[in-house]
This record gives sequence, structure tokens and C-alpha cells, in this order.
Amino acid sequence: MNVLSSGKGALIQPPDMDEFREWNRTHKSRELYDKRMTEQEAVSKFLIDGSYIGIELYGTVRAPMSLVREIVRLGFRELKCAGQGVFESDLLAAANAVKKLDWTYIGFEVYGLSKSARNAVENGYVDALVEWSNAALSWRFKATAMGVPFIPTRVMLGTDTYEYSAAKVVECPFTKQKVCLLPALILDTGFIHVSRADKYGNCQIDGISGFAAEMARASKRLVISAEEIVDEDVIRSQPDKTIIPYYLVDAVVEAPFGAHPGEMTNCYERDEDHIRKYIKATKDPSELQKYLETWIYNIKDHHEYLNMVGSDTLDNLRIGGQDE
Amino acid sequence: MNNPRYNSSELLICISARLMEDGATCFIGTGIPMLAASLAQKLFAPNLISIFEFGGVGAQLDKLPLAVGDMRTFNRGVAAAGICDIMETAQRGFVDYGFLGGAQIDMYGNLNSTMIGDDQQNPKVRLPGSGGGNDVGSTCWKTIAIMQHDVRRFIPKVDFITTPGYLSGPGKREEAGLPPNTGPYRVVTNLCTMGFDSETKWMELIALNPGVSVEDVVKSTGFELIISDHIETNPEPSDEELEILRNEVDKDRYYI
Repeated sequence: MNVLSSGKGALIQPPDMDEFREWNRTHKSRELYDKRMTEQEAVSKFLIDGSYIGIELYGTVRAPMSLVREIVRLGFRELKCAGQGVFESDLLAAANAVKKLDWTYIGFEVYGLSKSARNAVENGYVDALVEWSNAALSWRFKATAMGVPFIPTRVMLGTDTYEYSAAKVVECPFTKQKVCLLPALILDTGFIHVSRADKYGNCQIDGISGFAAEMARASKRLVISAEEIVDEDVIRSQPDKTIIPYYLVDAVVEAPFGAHPGEMTNCYERDEDHIRKYIKATKDPSELQKYLETWIYNIKDHHEYLNMVGSDTLDNLRIGGQDE
Repeated sequence: MNNPRYNSSELLICISARLMEDGATCFIGTGIPMLAASLAQKLFAPNLISIFEFGGVGAQLDKLPLAVGDMRTFNRGVAAAGICDIMETAQRGFVDYGFLGGAQIDMYGNLNSTMIGDDQQNPKVRLPGSGGGNDVGSTCWKTIAIMQHDVRRFIPKVDFITTPGYLSGPGKREEAGLPPNTGPYRVVTNLCTMGFDSETKWMELIALNPGVSVEDVVKSTGFELIISDHIETNPEPSDEELEILRNEVDKDRYYI
């Protein structure tokens, strides 16, 4: 195949599909065993500083925020990260946890720019910044999920997004058209919040599935947090709903309101006041530090966090079973 | 330009809504496109099929989504899928319109939402990045950019091409490998509506907003515009548009 050009961005995580197959053969148990543990146990057991992580979906929607807060609490400094994010990516940047970023979008949508991520890039804490589009990052996970080293696509062509990526343009051997090849992205550790899981890690998601299916299959280690841990029978009575089967999963954390201050389909709305409070804090370094201390560093765990948020607030956010 | 009946956001939303087509598939991004799609659905395009990048398809936009992945993006929709399915749908040629925005745009409709400055590793200002922008601009049949109109944003050369317009001119999209017959269709601003000349792919002024002159637009544009021989005037927001926008679409006043 004729390589016509190469993006000049760093390939932060070079794909090795044979090593990935070997990993899946030797490190991923086929056994059904109880994988339940706390956020602290899961993150310290399955995350090593310097490794490459991914977080699904994104900060204000079904993101594993209790796990992200644990990552910040444990003080990681050298993570590499696929940044398709809002709140979660900004928190990691605020805590100087990320050194290298494959970036597609970090911002706050309606609320505007992401101050902490922006600072981390502008002040140079992030030392590799590689551009991608949303589709590109998701398709990179998809390539890994397929077990192939790259995937051909028709996005990013002709742009600086491509120039500063680590993609390549080749001539298609069948049609002679130019296509953009995206390298498979293998995560050292993936974090996903789901609607329900059993203790073995069989997971179901209500509502849009974002890139959960692809990312779960692209992760060497996968930490799941779930709104609810259900009996195995609940899973087996509706297996068509299972998006992540247990053998992909290494840890299952029960985390009710685990996506707070974001939302969770059919469970709760986003906590606008809390999100606004955080965004306001990001505008002043000492206020941001205070936020991190109050809501993360000085708190033991997710249980204590929920107590801080308060049951009145949580009850107000709850949407008993259907969109109102 | 200042009209006591409506503000500049309301005008932009109403004019964008009028570009929506009943029955068309339409990729909706955060902000004004969400409001415009909701307004169009309520007024004249009940079968507008909204498509949100993280998986929502065909939602009834009764409540304003605050994020492209929130529950409202598939409220009474026809599918709650995932990002790969949505992006592949667009890549297969199923998405008619896509809405875009950015910090800078040039005469070929190339958009920058990545950074200000000349060093990608050390930008003067880091912006949110492509998100789905590049994908929408690459794969939808027609794209509509919504922008604030001033000389800092409408410039001859954007600092970074995040999302492809016509790149450096006619034929360049196809040369780069992008799907043929795709590209920028309209640019909607607080001052006017622009299209693209079919030969040169250069931005062309086609309609002025109420109270705006050609000179106002020229002064606010950092490159030479083609001025159409038949410039229309965009009608002011009607009472009905404003009423639905204020009392139904954005009653919590997130945008207007």
C-alpha cells in the first residue's frame, strides 16, 4: 500500500495487536468470579502511573466520576489519556495528572471553554498534544476491538487536524482513492460507568451507548462502576441488553450517583449548580485548589462525597424511571 | 441593527431554523443548532430528523439538550445508538445537513476551533478542539456554519484548519480524498447569510439581516467577499418565532 503522507503528531500508544492477543489470552480470566471492590481498591490495583487511560462517556453524561475523583485523590502525575471529555478531563488537568493527550474535544459545551485543560496545555504541563476528531478516536478503539492494527476512514483528510495527528493517508489498493488510516488505540486501563452490572462484570447501559462497546474491547484492564449491582439472573433474563460481557472486566465498583455532577439516563439529571460552581472555581487557581480539597482530597471515598452533596440535592436530581 | 423586539442570538436562531428542511437528516451540535432544530420542529419541520454524535437519532426536541450526549438528545427518538454508528451513518452518505461553528473561518469555509497562534504544541490560546466538527465537515452532504461576524473571525487564513471547508479552492476536497459533492453550503451570522460561489467555492453574500448594509458586512469581513447581484433581506423574526423560542424552546434562558 502506497503511503502518501503522515501526520506529524506523536503516536503516543503504538498498537501491537499480537501482544494484545497474548494479553487477552493470559491476563483476562474466563472464569466467573466476584470482581466487586471499592473505587480505591480498583484504581490502585488496575492503574499504574505513566499508563494510558480512557474514560467513557464524557464528563456531564454517564462518566465514571467517582473513579475519576479517585484517580485524582491517589495523585497520579504521568498519565496518558484519550481526551474526549468535559468535566472528567478538566478535573484530571486541574490536578496535573495528565502528561500526554490524544485530544479531540475538551470543553464545557454550553458553558464554554475548559479552563484547566487549557491552562495545562498553555503552561506546558501537557508535553504531547495530538489532534483527532471524535469519530477518529472512537474508530481507533473500534480497530482495537476488531483486533486489527488500523482502520481506514474518510475523515480528517486535507486538514490541520490530520497534519497534527498520527494518522496516515494512503492510496486504497482497491479503489485508488485516498483514505485516512487511523492506528488502533489500545488502552492500558479503561473506565466506564454503566446502568447495571452483576458482580462478575456483565454490564448493561440504558440510553445512548457512546463508545462504551468499542472502548471496553480496546482496554487491557477495564474498571467498571455501576449505578446498581444486580443479580446475575437480571442479566441472564435480558442478555440482549448486555453491552460489555464479564470477561472484558477486571473490577466492578458499586457507585450510585457515580456520574454526579453529570447525568445518568433514567436515573438522575445533571447537577447544574455543582457544575457551575466547579467552572467558577476553575477561573481562579486558589478557588480551584479549594474545590479539589473540598470535593476530593479531604474526602475519603464516594460515600462521603455523596454525603457532602446531600440527600436533598440528590433526591431533587432523581428522575424515577422515566424522563419527566 | 439593534432592534428592541429581539436580540442578536434570537435573530441567529430564527434564521438558522429557517434553513432546516422537513424530513431531512441533520447533524446537530451544541448551542444554536439545538435551538434552531427545536424551533424548526415546532414551527414547520415536525419530521426533521435530528442526529446527535453520541447516539441520539430522531428526538422530539421538547426540552433543550445541554450536551450532545444528554438524555434529551434521544427523547422520544427512534434510536439511542453509539458514536461509531452515527459517524458511520454520516460516512455512508445518510446525513443531509451538518451544523458547525468555530473561532475563525476563511473564504473557503474552512473552520478553526482548535487553537489561536502558530505553534500547535504551544498555542497562544487553546480552544476545545475538533470534537465531531471535522467529521461533520468531512462527511455530511451540506454544512452550515453559524458565526459571530467580525474581522477577527472572518480572516483570509485561519490559524488551524480543524474542519474542512473547500480547503484551498475548487476540487481540493476531492483531491484530498474527501467524499465528492460535499462541503459548505451556508454561513449564517449576526449580520447576514452567505453561500459559496459554485465555480470558485468562494464565500458570497446572499442575504442581509434587517438593518444591515453591504458596507457593514464588508467592514466586518477580513477577506474580499463576492457580493451577489440579487441580495435578499432576511425577514425579521416573526412574533410566532419569538414566542415559541422564548416560551417553549429556551424557556430557561440558556442561550437567549
